[in-house]
Amino acid sequence: MGRFFKRNKIKRAAQSLASVLVTLLLLVTLTFFLGQVMPVDVVSRLVGPDADQATYQATYERLGLDQPIIVQFGIYISRMLQGDFGTALLTGHQVLDDIVRVFPATIELGTLALLIGAGIGVPLGVLAAVQRNRPADHIIRVVTLLGHSVPIFWIGLMGLLLFYSYLGWVGGGGRVEIYYDGLVETRTGLLLVDSLLAGDTEVFWSAVRHIILPATVLGYASMASLCRLTRSFMIDQLSQEYVTAARVKGVSEWNVIWHHAFRNIRVQLLTVIALTYGSMLEGAVLIETIFAWPGFGQYLTNNLLLGDMNAIMVCVLLVGVIFITLNMLADLLYKIFDPRTVQ
Amino acid sequence: MSSTPRASDAAAVQMPLIEARDLRVAFQMQRGVFQAIRGVSFSLGQEKLAIVGESGSGKSTVGRAIMRLNPPSAIVTAERLAFKDVDLLSASRKELRRLRGRHISMIMQDPKYSLNPVATVGEQIAEAYRTHHKVSNREARERALTMLEAVQIRSPKRVYDLYPHQVSGGMGQRIMIAMMLISDPEVLIADEPTSALDVTVRLQILAILDDMVKERGLGMIFISHDLNLVRSFCDRVIIMYAGRIVETVAAADLDNVQHPYSRGLLNSLPRLDQKRDRLPVIQRDDSWLEAV
Repeated sequence: MGRFFKRNKIKRAAQSLASVLVTLLLLVTLTFFLGQVMPVDVVSRLVGPDADQATYQATYERLGLDQPIIVQFGIYISRMLQGDFGTALLTGHQVLDDIVRVFPATIELGTLALLIGAGIGVPLGVLAAVQRNRPADHIIRVVTLLGHSVPIFWIGLMGLLLFYSYLGWVGGGGRVEIYYDGLVETRTGLLLVDSLLAGDTEVFWSAVRHIILPATVLGYASMASLCRLTRSFMIDQLSQEYVTAARVKGVSEWNVIWHHAFRNIRVQLLTVIALTYGSMLEGAVLIETIFAWPGFGQYLTNNLLLGDMNAIMVCVLLVGVIFITLNMLADLLYKIFDPRTVQ
Repeated sequence: MSSTPRASDAAAVQMPLIEARDLRVAFQMQRGVFQAIRGVSFSLGQEKLAIVGESGSGKSTVGRAIMRLNPPSAIVTAERLAFKDVDLLSASRKELRRLRGRHISMIMQDPKYSLNPVATVGEQIAEAYRTHHKVSNREARERALTMLEAVQIRSPKRVYDLYPHQVSGGMGQRIMIAMMLISDPEVLIADEPTSALDVTVRLQILAILDDMVKERGLGMIFISHDLNLVRSFCDRVIIMYAGRIVETVAAADLDNVQHPYSRGLLNSLPRLDQKRDRLPVIQRDDSWLEAV
C-alpha cells in the first residue's frame, strides 16, 4: 500500500508515542487534582467514626495528607514511575494486582457482548437498509428501538427471572457455579480460556451458562445502536452512483451490497464498533451489579463511592489506555480499509 | 416522431435494438404521483441517437428505464419496451442482470462518483468481465489490461492498480468506457458522458467513444444538453420537453427544427460568429405540455 520512507515511519511512531504519554500525564494530573476537591474524608473511612484524635492524626500523616498538594502530587508521580501505584483501601492489595484480577472478567464479558452485538447488529442493519420501508425494516426497527429505550437493568432482571429462575436454562450471578470457583489455574484470567486450557470441560460449560445471559443483554443494547448506524451508513452508500454503475455491469444484488456498498462503510463502522467496545470495557456497571459479575465496572464504582484515590487513579488511567489503544488500532485499520487515507 | 415499425411489417432482420412505445415513468411521491415520462416512443438501430433537452426534461430517466434501473419508487409502464425480442418490462431480475453490461450498458456522467472509491480501477473493470464470463482471475485481468489499452491509456499495468481518487477526470471516464464495453454490449447508453469534464479533455473522450462505437457496430443513445456536440457527433436527435418528445430530426437538419421549443433551444446558444449582448430566454408556452 503506502510507500513511506523508513525514517519518516520512525519519526511518526515517536510522535504518536509522545502524544500518548502527554495525554496520559494530563489524565493523571487532572484526576489527581479533581480528587482533591472530592468531599470524601478518606481518613475517617479508614479509622472509623469512633477513633480518637491521635489515631486520626497518625493515619492522616501516614497517608502523607499533611504535605502540600503539589508535594503529594510529586510523590505520587515518582512512585508511579517506579511502578508503585499504591494499595487499595477496600481490598488491602496492590491496586495493580486488583486490576489484573478484575479486568479479565470485564474483557471476557465485553468481548463476547461485542461479538454478539456486532455479529447480529451489523447484518441486521444491512438487511434493514436493503429492505428499507418494507416489513423487514419495520420489524428490525421495533426490535432495535426496544434495545435503545428499555433500561438495560430491567432487561437484565427480566432475563434472570425468565431464563434463570423459571426456565433454569442459564446460570445465575457470578462467573461460575460457586463450587467451581477457583478450581482452574488462572493463566489468562479469561475463565472460558483458562478452563479449556486446563481441560476442565465441566467448569467451561458452567462458565458458558453464566456468561451467556449478561453478554446477550449487554450485546443487545449495543446491537441496537450498531444496527441503526449500519442501516443509515448503508442507505447513504446504496444511493451512490457507483452502486448504480455496479448494477449497470450486471453485478448480482448480493455483490452490490457486500462487495461494493459494504466495503465503503467499513471505516465508519470500525470507528463506532471501537467506541462501543471501549465503553463496554470501561465497565458495564449495571450489568455487572445485576449479575454479580466481579469486573472492572463494579471495582471502579465501589472505589469511587469510597473515595480511594489510589484505586481511582489506576482505573482512570486504564480507561485512558483502553481508549487510546482502540483509537490507534482503528487508525491502523483505516489504512487497510480505505486507500484514500494512505497519502 | 420516429418511424416505429409495426409488429406486423417489421422484418426480423430489421428488428431494432431498442424499441420503446408509449413509455411512461411515474414516481410515487409522498402526495400523489409525479409523471416524469409521459408517453415516449422511439426505436434505436445501429446508430447514434441523441436525446437532448433541458434539465428535468426526463432524458436520463428514459436511459435508466431502458436499463430498468430507476429507483424503487418509479412506476414504469409502456405499450412496448424491448431489447431486440426481449420484453424489458416482463423480464425477470435474473434476465435483466444477464442483459445489463453484457447486452445493454451505460456510461455515467461523473467518474468521480460512478467508480467505487475503495476498489482499484482494474478490479472494477475485471469485475465487469467476470460477471458475464466464467474466467480465471488472470484472464479477467488480461482482458481488463487490453481494454485499458483500447481506451488509449498509456501504461495500463500501472493504472490497473490505481484507486479512483488517484486518476484524473478524463482518465476516469476512459476507465468507465473500458469497464462498460469490456463485455461487448450491443447497446450503449451514454448519459452526459462528457459534461463533468474539461472542454479540452471532452474531445479526446468523444473521439475514443466514437472509435469504439464504430468498431463494434454499437447502437448508442447519447444523452446530452449540448446541441453543438450532438450536431456533429450523432446521426439522429430526439428533443424532449417535460417528459415528452417534441421533435425528432436527423442531426444534419438540426438547424431546421420546427417546434418552438427546439427553435428556442437553438436560439439560446451562444455564437462565435455573431455579437450578442444577452442570450435570449425561451418563452415557454403551456400548449407544449400537451400531446404533440
